[in-house]
Amino acid sequence: MIQTDQLSKKYKEAEQYSLLELDLNIHTGEIFGLLGPNGAGKTTLISILSGLIKPTSGSFKIDGLDYASHKKELKQLIGIVPQEYALYPSLTAYENLYYFGSMFGLKGPSFKTSIQEHLEILGLQKFAHKKIKGFSGGMKRRINLIASILHNPKVLFLDEPTVGVDVQSKSVIIEYLKELNARGTTIIYTSHHLNEAETFCTQVGIIDHGKLLCLGTPKELIQNEQGAEHLEEVFLAQTGKALRDYA
Amino acid sequence: MHKLWVSAKKEFWLLTRDMGGLAVLFLMPLLLVVTITLIQDNTFKTIQENKIPILLVDLDKGEVSDQVGNNLMESRLFEIVREESEEQAQNLVQKGEYQLAIILPKHLTRDLHLKIDQNVSGILAQFGVEETKDGQELEIEKKEIRLYFDPATQQSFKSSVRNNIDKMISQIESKSIYKAFQEALGEEEYSPIFDTKSFISFTEIVPNTNKKEGIPNSTQHNIPAWTLFAIFFIILPLSINMVHEKNQGTFIRLRTQPVPYATVLGGKALVFLVVSLLQFILMLLLGVYLFPVIGLPKLDVAGRIPLLMNVAFFAGLAAIGLGLLLGTVAKSQEQSAPFGATFVVILAAIGGVWVPVFAMPHFMQLLSKLSPMNWGLNAFYDVFLRNVGFGEILLEIIALFLFFIATTVVAIIYNERKNAV
Repeated sequence: MIQTDQLSKKYKEAEQYSLLELDLNIHTGEIFGLLGPNGAGKTTLISILSGLIKPTSGSFKIDGLDYASHKKELKQLIGIVPQEYALYPSLTAYENLYYFGSMFGLKGPSFKTSIQEHLEILGLQKFAHKKIKGFSGGMKRRINLIASILHNPKVLFLDEPTVGVDVQSKSVIIEYLKELNARGTTIIYTSHHLNEAETFCTQVGIIDHGKLLCLGTPKELIQNEQGAEHLEEVFLAQTGKALRDYA
Repeated sequence: MHKLWVSAKKEFWLLTRDMGGLAVLFLMPLLLVVTITLIQDNTFKTIQENKIPILLVDLDKGEVSDQVGNNLMESRLFEIVREESEEQAQNLVQKGEYQLAIILPKHLTRDLHLKIDQNVSGILAQFGVEETKDGQELEIEKKEIRLYFDPATQQSFKSSVRNNIDKMISQIESKSIYKAFQEALGEEEYSPIFDTKSFISFTEIVPNTNKKEGIPNSTQHNIPAWTLFAIFFIILPLSINMVHEKNQGTFIRLRTQPVPYATVLGGKALVFLVVSLLQFILMLLLGVYLFPVIGLPKLDVAGRIPLLMNVAFFAGLAAIGLGLLLGTVAKSQEQSAPFGATFVVILAAIGGVWVPVFAMPHFMQLLSKLSPMNWGLNAFYDVFLRNVGFGEILLEIIALFLFFIATTVVAIIYNERKNAV
């Protein structure tokens, strides 16, 4: 579904590459966990794949289409759940979803029904006509997710979709993502919650300093790392224990 | 088209959710127009009706100084406060208690008469009416009327007062010369042979191509200028709205969606254009209905509304284009708000909103031709004050429209280049 070829990114004022000659192949129907410490290059990779920033070199394809020449078609195929709540606080949940859904070209009664269904599945139907600014973090995360999947994308990018939410909201989000995946959506997901990734992902790639360090199913990675029982131990063994503070 | 419509709907929702912002958007321009018109109208009235207190120090105590005092009082411009000492008058003006002190020098009457008599005798002697005087003529010292102005007094007021006093003195001198001639010719004072009234007078005529009657009043001047100023201020809320979208992350989401930037801008342009037209209509209503109630001249819009709406529409578009460009380029509210406000003031200044373009230095006159506010102002003045037809404002309207196209295209190109994949 996604192939990257020698994908590199160096920001204008940065001394080092955020992504360096990355070759990655993500298959259709996978839940791909992109793991790494702060500054490893996870958000950079997702930003490139979702068309937000330009790679310094290399290329990538999604569903066989080269992004540079099929920008418009690919935008229709993908959904992006950004790390921040990309919503209008003074608009209601319904208005936000109506607006962002319409920007994917959705319209008509079926679209309106779809909004209501999604709100119901994620437990927000009671709050459809309430303004976002009064919502809790977990509620905003769920609306953030719905706004990205109303058009039934083939590929869904999620940048830390469960950060800062309560256990209940997290559980609802993960369950719904599994359901989406079961219906054929390929999911690419970044997170610092390694336990969550271990159970949720079908494939995991650990990156650091812009390079892919290891790739496999969570089970394979744990087996390959001597003495490791969980993904967290694999992660620390691969990326080290040094703090990753940067500004 | 659906995406454009929904974008406009979203902008409408955002605007109507911020009632405080909406009130500011509509009330502040109205407040601006009322305040400026009241001040300008009252300045005019101050000169006409409210007398300005000034100090008069009469060191002459003669006929000329009496006449100056009387003329000043009759001019209805000033309330005369007499002061005995020049030094004291100077102090009071220096402190700002009075804007002006007029010092009439000692022996002004005596020396003026002496000088005039001397000149009249000389002229009559040349015509042989009077005998030539032998010996040297008496040397008469030139007289100086001193004017002390408050340092805070504006140059325009100084010039106006100087001109008035100069005119008054000239008239007194002329009368004295006529009188001296009459006396020298031996005529009785009660049967004057010279008509001392002004022979040349002025009539103000407003050229009018459409033969419509009416002299422009302060409202006809102020409403177009300050309405345009208010219309251009729309760049502030518009650019701030765009900067907010960037900060909220909604703009990032939009960039990942299959929607052209032109559509996003189009939705904003539609809603803000309606806002600017509503602002304009409110201004007109204010001029027509509220101004007469608060003692200001009524705005005359009879037969002009379609043309005025045309100018407002294109002026609004030009302002929106500028707002879209500023909102695209600015990264934060700290960048967009001060820049936007200052830039509108600069555009207004070079556009002739405060100082008429003809009164500007040559370079600034050339520069004013680049200000969209100048194009809009000319079009408004054409409609309001010169009663022209659509053909005469077409050039200005085209210029405003091209400005909107140019700024919007630059905004789109800038956005594409900045975010190119």
